[in-house]
Amino acid sequence: MEEFAALLDALVYTTSRNRKLALIAAYLREAPDPDRGWALAALTDGLDFPAVKSSTIRSLMMERVDPVLWALSRDFVGDTAETASLLWPEPEASAPQGNLPLAEVVERLAALTRATAPKEMPGLLDRLDARGRYALIKLATGGMRVGVSARLAKTAFAMAFEVAVEEVEEYWHALAPPYPQLFAWAADGGPPPDLAHAPRFRPFMLAHPLEDGEVDLKDYAAEWKWDGIRVQLVRAGGETRIYSRSGDDISATFPELRGALPIDAVLDGELLVRGSAQGGEAGGAASFNALQQRLGRKTVSGTMLKEYPAFVRLYDVLLLAGEDWRDQPWKLRRATLEGLMPQLPASHFDLSQLVEAEDFAALARIRDGARDDAIEGLMLKHRDSPYVAGRKVALWYKWKRDPLLIDCVLMYATRGSGKRSSFYSDYTFGCWNGDPDANGLGGAELLPVGKAYSGFTDEELKAIDRFVRQNTVGKFGPVREVARALVFEVAFDSVHTSKRHKSGLAMRFPRIHRIRWDKPAHEADRIEGLRALIKD
Amino acid sequence: MTLPFSWIRPEPQGIYIAPADIWVDPSRAVPRALVTHGHADHARGGHGITIATPATLAIMELRYQTRAGAVTAAYGETISLGGGVTATFLPAGHVLGSAQILLEHAGERVIITGDYKRAPDPTATPFAVTPCDILITEATFGLPVFTHPPIAEEIGKLLAAREANPDSCILVGAYALGKAQRVIAELRAAGHSDTIWLHGAMEAMCRLYEDHGVALGDLRLVSDAPSKEAMRGAIVMAPPSALGDSWSRRLPDPITAMASGWMRVRARARQRGVELPLIISDHADWNELTRTITEVNPQETWITHGREEALLRWCELNQRRARALALVGYEDEDD
Repeated sequence: MEEFAALLDALVYTTSRNRKLALIAAYLREAPDPDRGWALAALTDGLDFPAVKSSTIRSLMMERVDPVLWALSRDFVGDTAETASLLWPEPEASAPQGNLPLAEVVERLAALTRATAPKEMPGLLDRLDARGRYALIKLATGGMRVGVSARLAKTAFAMAFEVAVEEVEEYWHALAPPYPQLFAWAADGGPPPDLAHAPRFRPFMLAHPLEDGEVDLKDYAAEWKWDGIRVQLVRAGGETRIYSRSGDDISATFPELRGALPIDAVLDGELLVRGSAQGGEAGGAASFNALQQRLGRKTVSGTMLKEYPAFVRLYDVLLLAGEDWRDQPWKLRRATLEGLMPQLPASHFDLSQLVEAEDFAALARIRDGARDDAIEGLMLKHRDSPYVAGRKVALWYKWKRDPLLIDCVLMYATRGSGKRSSFYSDYTFGCWNGDPDANGLGGAELLPVGKAYSGFTDEELKAIDRFVRQNTVGKFGPVREVARALVFEVAFDSVHTSKRHKSGLAMRFPRIHRIRWDKPAHEADRIEGLRALIKD
Repeated sequence: MTLPFSWIRPEPQGIYIAPADIWVDPSRAVPRALVTHGHADHARGGHGITIATPATLAIMELRYQTRAGAVTAAYGETISLGGGVTATFLPAGHVLGSAQILLEHAGERVIITGDYKRAPDPTATPFAVTPCDILITEATFGLPVFTHPPIAEEIGKLLAAREANPDSCILVGAYALGKAQRVIAELRAAGHSDTIWLHGAMEAMCRLYEDHGVALGDLRLVSDAPSKEAMRGAIVMAPPSALGDSWSRRLPDPITAMASGWMRVRARARQRGVELPLIISDHADWNELTRTITEVNPQETWITHGREEALLRWCELNQRRARALALVGYEDEDD
């Protein structure tokens, strides 16, 4: 537990991805089985102990600490687990000492019920120091929040044992914590796990951006790039799972799809919710904004299912009825997919249609004239391309529509992390609410409309950093408020209504397109201009 | 007949001793001042007369050019302030020269702790527990979550991080007065004899400490480093304000550390982008605060600055009379 607590603590403070990878890899190499398997599951939210809630911890503390001192402390620290870890009375010397293996902790937490948790937790807490108590409470109540995605953990695992990350991805999700077969294979040179009948994840095939060139439509087929989330549907051994692009199992978030696939298969598609923004009124999909209501939920209410019903628009078939199609050319896979469609319920599946054009110029016109603004652009797929993991040159291209542009004023800047930790590299910008020309600047206020931290060169970053430091009008922790004097031309893919922002707007993929050193702030765009671009 | 302790008055800008017409740690220039230690929130230039320990006066001369009107008071020396009031400077263990001030008038004894700590510090004379009627204490870390671990543990963390990252440097943010020298001295005590690199703002204070007999070993300025490479695997000290500053770009892949009692709380460290939090404080932690009140055992405790609510609550739970000074101030006005 000590080592796991130390790892967790180090991850809390590390912002650099490379350092996170190195920390996790070192832990995985050194920790014993099955501790390291449990740690991996804990870091990637793969463990759940329903018997221990934040309220369980709070009531334990109330029995030990003056309620006023607890409230003042909790208020200052801002986190129940951390406050409790710091205020838990250090045990008398008579308490059992010695390291507490993570596996034992997991076993004991798993055996708890609502009734036994308040009796059992103190015994565990008494055996740990403050850092260990923090790790224990976070482990028990869930929500590590240390910025470790499944993808990062897999990469660290592959680094630790010098195996291919694609293979790790394939095995990982088919196995249950603490993943003994995975470690036996990677760490101890055992045979790869036998997963013939497991609903496991296959790495996605990805696309390169098509920059300036053209492709010949005799070789490439075009289809729309839908604006949802890319998913892989896997049914095997009587179980269906839905994986996100990072390989995270998101089945629980979309329960309506778990029973929808009538045959054993691995399918690639875009997860969308019903609506009319993408692909027309009949059988169409809503904007990404609507889909966002469904993302990241562990439990889904009936209302959610009814208001935002999910379906998958299929792109590709990887496996079907025990046969692996990944080595076959795209055109054969496509034909197979089309042949499969009648067997799939139309309520939960449709086919991503191909876009036909005489030549590339015609295709360009179709792309630019797409009436559905929520569609991101076109995909161009080589008709003979096999389905291979990752991005391979010349097989698939994404050809995004030209972005929308708007002039915004820089309002706040935050320091970056890692290499950028001494630079103000994350920017919040706004548009004018009211008329900035009406009576000087006093007549209008800026409302934040988005944040961006990319789209500029290192030289430009230095220049903006200098601007921020020289024009700071307020400081809030790591954030600087700057004088409203610098205009950014911001590029973005689309804009939607949002309750989360004061402006009521949220941009998709905003990035700095140009820095308008020449443009006075009052000439930046007004919020109405941005609002007019909403296509929800 | 005057009311007990009416000769000492907490005011918004400091503590005023009326019979002697003198202030303790006033926040603006006054004709006569007693100064507990050299930190900027307690020491200021421009007083007519400044009474402080020799080391504090040396620090004030360096920082505020305090020269005229400087009156030294050695630890343990009792000086008459006039109006029947005497002051005795007692070690506070906070930084070099830091003092508690024992004030006596008409048989009544009041101690103003200034900032203090009880943990050992090779750069400061240890806190002297002294009986009094009223203890006026600080409460910077006056919450039970603040317990500062033994400094050897934190220095161990720093050295381990250095060991594990030979291609980086460890950039340690620390107050230029006190914290920086204490961390350096503790590093030396732990056997670290390599060059420690300094931000320019730290140099003069380190030299002053050395002049007062605190050995700090081989120190060099970052601006004198022959190359970035020279600082790989090294420890670099800078004031906290320089951590996110463009100054740090001259360092080789710095890992940002910070030596502060606030590092006890993860969110505080993350907010500042600190990757290696070192819980090292020159203030008393919760246990030291409560232990000190118990040991000094005053009739009444007044709490000057920090998180006074929790310390008040503790006094209440332990049947001790206590007041937060802001409240005292309001009461005086109403009376």
